[in-house]
Amino acid sequence: MGSSEVVVGDTAEGAFTEPLRIADQEFDSRLIVGTGKYPDNETMVEAIRASGTAMVTVAVRRVDLDRTQSEGILFHLDPEEFFLLPNTAGCHTAEDAIRYARLARAAGFNEWLKLEVIGDETTLVPDTQATVEAAETLVAEGFNVMAYTNDDLVTALRLEDAGCVAVMPLASPIGSGLGVVNPYFIREIKRRCEVPIIVDAGVGTASDACVAMEQGVDGLLMNTAIATASDPVAMAYAMRLATQAGRLAYLAGRMEAREIGIPSSPTRGMLD
Amino acid sequence: MSDLGRIQVHVNGREREVQSGLSIHDLVESFDLNPRLIVVELNREILSRDQFKDVQVSEGDTVELVHFVGGG
Repeated sequence: MGSSEVVVGDTAEGAFTEPLRIADQEFDSRLIVGTGKYPDNETMVEAIRASGTAMVTVAVRRVDLDRTQSEGILFHLDPEEFFLLPNTAGCHTAEDAIRYARLARAAGFNEWLKLEVIGDETTLVPDTQATVEAAETLVAEGFNVMAYTNDDLVTALRLEDAGCVAVMPLASPIGSGLGVVNPYFIREIKRRCEVPIIVDAGVGTASDACVAMEQGVDGLLMNTAIATASDPVAMAYAMRLATQAGRLAYLAGRMEAREIGIPSSPTRGMLD
Repeated sequence: MSDLGRIQVHVNGREREVQSGLSIHDLVESFDLNPRLIVVELNREILSRDQFKDVQVSEGDTVELVHFVGGG
């Protein structure tokens, strides 16, 4: 019973079908997926396809010269199929991040960058001061900087002022799978910034992705939750659905939450 | 130093002995790597790919050969 096809176009808050716009680019998916930590390359590619993503992150590292056939990620992923977003993961200073960014750009694909400067080893939370500093330099050099940051409003505003094309507050620490620990500040960052807000890091499962999108943000970036699931391909698809569900629920405008029960059926017309 | 001489260079953190006068392009290929997929930093300066054939490694140079790997 019931229609299998539900068509949703315009909603109270806008069109569900609207692409994710960052700088001068449009992406058909609001989910950005990382390429690390998969059990093998075949699973990675299959999971990335299942996620429906248009943009994948990659890291910059030394070639391992001890391996007879050193394989970079581009042996497995076609840069024509997915927009590459290089990151500065592992960098702990603005100087290092700038060095990695320039190396990434020299690869010759695009001028985009996920800027990440780690400030604390235990939580991997960013060094926000160094992130802003690096962002200013890289924006001046013509990079499209998508800045990974804390769930901190002031830093988000400074990154926007620095010219970042997107601000990416964490849901919780990288790889923690703790979900959105501070939904209020995610909402506040979204309300106060004009650039797209992408929640990056901390999503553990589909409900977390949904909750993050329900805060009204423009997109999500995740890696570990998909890559380390027992079935990464299935989880990737779950994340795709959850990202869409969360987006649509946000656009639909949720009911007011009340700490009291209110009947859904008429209170009149009950039998004596 | 003669063309037949050997020189010491640091490549990706390790000391290596290579032929004197070797170009960056040949160095990259000597590791069985595709120069089009590799970014080269020579003594902290990034080389563009059209420089690979013209630039030669010199004694004591520090070369970094980097590429994209999986990451989040």
